[in-house]
Amino acid sequence: MPKQIYLDYAATTPTDPEVLKTMMPYFKKEFGNPSSLHRFGQIALVAIDEARRKVAKFLNCQEDEIVFTGSATEANNLAIFGVTKALKKKGIKPHIITSKIEHHAVLHPFEESEKQGIEVSFIAPNKEGIIKLESVKKAIKENTVFVSLMYANNEIGTIQPIEEIGQFLAKINKERKQRIYFHTDAVQAINYLDCNIKELGVDLLTLSAHKIYGPKGVGALFIKKGTPIKPIIYGGGHEFGLRSGTENVAGIVGLGKAIELGEKYKNDIERIKKLRDKIIEKVLKIPNTRLNGLKEKRLPNNVNISISGVEGESLMIALDQQGIAVSTGSACSSRELKPSHVLLAIGLSPKEAHGSLRITLGRFTTEEEVDYFLKVLPNVVKRLREISPF
Amino acid sequence: MNKRQFTLYSKKVLEHFRHPKNYGKMEKPNGVGKVGNIVCGDVMYLYIKVSKKRNGKEYIKDIKFQTYGCLAAIASSSILTELVKGKTLEEAIKIDRSQIVKKLGGLPPIKMHCSVLASDALLEAIYDYLNKHKKPIPKFLNERHKQIEKEKKEIKKRYKKWTKLEEKLKEKE
Ligand SMILES: Cc1ncc(COP(=O)(O)O)c(C=O)c1O
Ligand code: FES
Repeated sequence: MPKQIYLDYAATTPTDPEVLKTMMPYFKKEFGNPSSLHRFGQIALVAIDEARRKVAKFLNCQEDEIVFTGSATEANNLAIFGVTKALKKKGIKPHIITSKIEHHAVLHPFEESEKQGIEVSFIAPNKEGIIKLESVKKAIKENTVFVSLMYANNEIGTIQPIEEIGQFLAKINKERKQRIYFHTDAVQAINYLDCNIKELGVDLLTLSAHKIYGPKGVGALFIKKGTPIKPIIYGGGHEFGLRSGTENVAGIVGLGKAIELGEKYKNDIERIKKLRDKIIEKVLKIPNTRLNGLKEKRLPNNVNISISGVEGESLMIALDQQGIAVSTGSACSSRELKPSHVLLAIGLSPKEAHGSLRITLGRFTTEEEVDYFLKVLPNVVKRLREISPF
Repeated sequence: MNKRQFTLYSKKVLEHFRHPKNYGKMEKPNGVGKVGNIVCGDVMYLYIKVSKKRNGKEYIKDIKFQTYGCLAAIASSSILTELVKGKTLEEAIKIDRSQIVKKLGGLPPIKMHCSVLASDALLEAIYDYLNKHKKPIPKFLNERHKQIEKEKKEIKKRYKKWTKLEEKLKEKE
């Protein structure tokens, strides 16, 4: 059995042992329902509040501006549908803006909104995978009420100028009749970028536990006080009435701990970045390869390359057979047999998009693992190119 | 525990992917079938060398493939060459996708079209041989050939924007 090397941290991360340890009591001894007024319930409630405090501290916001959800997908849905719903109730005919390189958890709610009759714009990135302030400016209309742009892209790792756009929106909001609310999906950014909401100038921000060494099935949405928003899930009125359903106590505790640990691991980022640069340098030495997305302004843990002459899914599985886990934006690997919308949006030809490979690193990635990958990859590429007509 | 149990693919598919048979370009084939489209992410070239048996029947003496595509496409091409090698043209024409899939120990439903690609490549190669050598072409083969040509055109139309981009890039190269 070959070594098992995980280089797919953008898909999900293992739960950090420290995080898991913090969660454990809430499955067993402290299993109470936070809504119960007895001791069992109150202990769980205190735990959730503690997690909320940690997340709020990290984002530099108030505790009651954090709503826990069942995933980042849900948080994005709440932000998009929740805000437009609230504004529509006020009699506004909303126009909302996003980009073509968002995660499906933003794109599809926007497409659904469009079907429901809301005016929607999808901004194109430049060839390097960046959404320019200029293109946001051009998309804004009189009835624009909401802009949602991701902080860092999950496929090509490009970092978007959220702060610059946030400042611009704050400036024009002073003179606009209709205020524009600004949301960012920061799922991929939490561990690597500054997420101070005051500096970013966002009204809403999404994060997810399982991308930062926390458990799966927990997300959170920051909602700045005063932002008009309605729930999309109705029930017992949990989470300030915005997300009914008994809280995932252990999961939320895990999210709090994961956020806290992330701060502790800040000085590990430089190490990860060096490994990333090593991969980029070595992989680009294979003939007919290209890096997708800008090299600067890129997440320290993301490499995305196109290798001509080999199809991504074949490549991915050939690597898997050697014990290496990565991902691809090829059509063959997707459920709809369509290549990555992100790669097409940045102008890749179909051939380049089919031959793409995403390598994402993390806290537990070692230099030995990277070296092993770099040793195996050229051989696998060579073998598949021998089979290929191109 | 064996990790292969966790993939979508059968053992046989993985085996053929790992050690494909009869791949590479053939020198001087007398029939070539080219199917698929790079825009969709799958292209298959199949080369055959046809020869006469002692009893006068024409048979596939040698066969090779080149495939760009997913694992299922590569495995289907590989197993097809095994199935076909040494068969008379009459027998080879009868090989269809279900035989390929069966031999592979099954394919995930979403990957069935990759096996169609392989059987089409074979039919196209045989068609090419018969056509080039001015031999009679069975009615069914003629029809399938027309169908494949039509599909090719439709794909081209459907992905016009992409195809143009692809051509533009080629010019630059
Ligand atoms: C940018 C981005 N947004 C949203 C999500 C969805 O997160 P979750 O799995 O918590 O719903 C992901 C993860 O796939 C992501 O990368
Ligand atoms: S060749 Fe694309 S799915 Fe098989």
